[in-house]
Amino acid sequence: MMDDFVFRAALAGLGVALAAAPLGCFVVWRRMAYFGDATSHAALLGVALALAMDLPVIGGVLVVALAMALIVSTLSEHNVSTDTLLGVLAHAGLALGLVAISLVPGQRIDLSAYLFGDILAVNKGDVLLIWSGAILVALLLLWRWQALLTATLNPDLATASGGHPKREQLILTVALAITVAVALKVVGALLIAAMLIIPAAAARPFARTPEMMVLWAMALGAVAVGAGLLGSFQFDTPTGPSIVTAAAVIFIFSTGLSPLLRTR
Amino acid sequence: MSKLPERYRVSLINTQNLTLGYRGAPVLRDVTFAIERGEIVTIVGPNGSGKSSLLRALIGALKPVSGSVTRADGLRIGYVPQKLHIDATLPLTVHRFLNLPKRQKTDEIQGALLRAGVPELGRAQMAALSGGQFQRVLLARALLGTPDILILDEATQGLDQPGAAAFYRQIEEVRHALGIAVLMVSHDLHVVMAASDRVLCLNGHICCEGTPEIVADAPEYRALFGTGTQGTLALYRHQHDHAHHHSHDHDHTDEHCQ
Repeated sequence: MMDDFVFRAALAGLGVALAAAPLGCFVVWRRMAYFGDATSHAALLGVALALAMDLPVIGGVLVVALAMALIVSTLSEHNVSTDTLLGVLAHAGLALGLVAISLVPGQRIDLSAYLFGDILAVNKGDVLLIWSGAILVALLLLWRWQALLTATLNPDLATASGGHPKREQLILTVALAITVAVALKVVGALLIAAMLIIPAAAARPFARTPEMMVLWAMALGAVAVGAGLLGSFQFDTPTGPSIVTAAAVIFIFSTGLSPLLRTR
Repeated sequence: MSKLPERYRVSLINTQNLTLGYRGAPVLRDVTFAIERGEIVTIVGPNGSGKSSLLRALIGALKPVSGSVTRADGLRIGYVPQKLHIDATLPLTVHRFLNLPKRQKTDEIQGALLRAGVPELGRAQMAALSGGQFQRVLLARALLGTPDILILDEATQGLDQPGAAAFYRQIEEVRHALGIAVLMVSHDLHVVMAASDRVLCLNGHICCEGTPEIVADAPEYRALFGTGTQGTLALYRHQHDHAHHHSHDHDHTDEHCQ
């Protein structure tokens, strides 16, 4: 079955959906949407560096995404109005990545594969890498779960009860860089943030606890991957954007349902 | 409480020449201060006088520019922050909230809710609580794990006056039942000061300190808050003196205002 490219694509998409769900919930709860943007856009610069230095792409992406995430996380600590700054970094990161890729000598690069993903081209090694990354992210977040939630509520509250909110922020930063690195091949740099935010936002009306929201985000993300794959075959549309479109449709339905659910 | 000579007594928290600031701008300088077991201390002062900064330094959330903060070994702090904004995207029941950061036994959670005066709220969503209910849930959370000291930062902000008064009565009840120390910042001057053993008046430094009467009489305090509160305070003290037994004997030698 691993020889079937559709099966591999589905498996890869599921891996990304599972890693993106818990992390995406934190991105939504902590209002870090631009943080996700900046980090995932920086992935392009990582691709350019890796190609220029003839290194594995995932390594370059991981390093640059981590660097960008650390920069953003440090800057946002020291500034009150971070919205503009994050916007600048997110778009500058994207532009710089595009420029850098165009400067890489040698063969022409299929830019759209990096921008929008190329899930149908994933091989066995990619699937393995995506699932390793997803499991790593899941374990990381599970291990720090209680502390992460407390720090998300209020850093001072966490400190008063013996926590280290800065350390938890670092954990999220690392998890985000890993997720970006493994999701690049599936949905591309432009749409990684969408896979983080949309399933989590769609899950909100169904949940009464943080844990339930994560499980719902996983389920809805998986449904979006399935529906997006099917849709892309049916209508011959690009797969990554189709998955995100499916997620957006789910979000619209769940938001429409939320007044009914809230009465519980 | 303790009959040991002073030098053997260990303060819950003490600071030595503590100076605090943000990015070079000092907000509070040269604070030497201690709070003992079972004591109620209130911090008053105008906006920007360094009250919240001092509390944040005491819980370890703000690093001193100079000086030191020493907490007793294994000190357990129950902290009620000035405001706790829970994002609307975060679904959280009161019960789940009280399980952070440590998971608690259900009967302990119920006990804490009962002591905070809101036993019926366990299944409610945090986002659906009224201002008063929210503060009481924060109080319940602070009481979990039997703290040595409650630290409250303007915990009645956003409550109307009866709501604030009821909240302070709850604190006094809890303090009587558990004998824990309470350190709070407040704007509700007369209510809070009357319930305190000691009042610390801040304005960039400790401008005066002592029992509520001494602070209310101090020229530094009057310069900051006017004389209006004094009458109310005296009246309150008079009415409540009979009910206000102190179960400890910390010395009041430094109760004068410089």
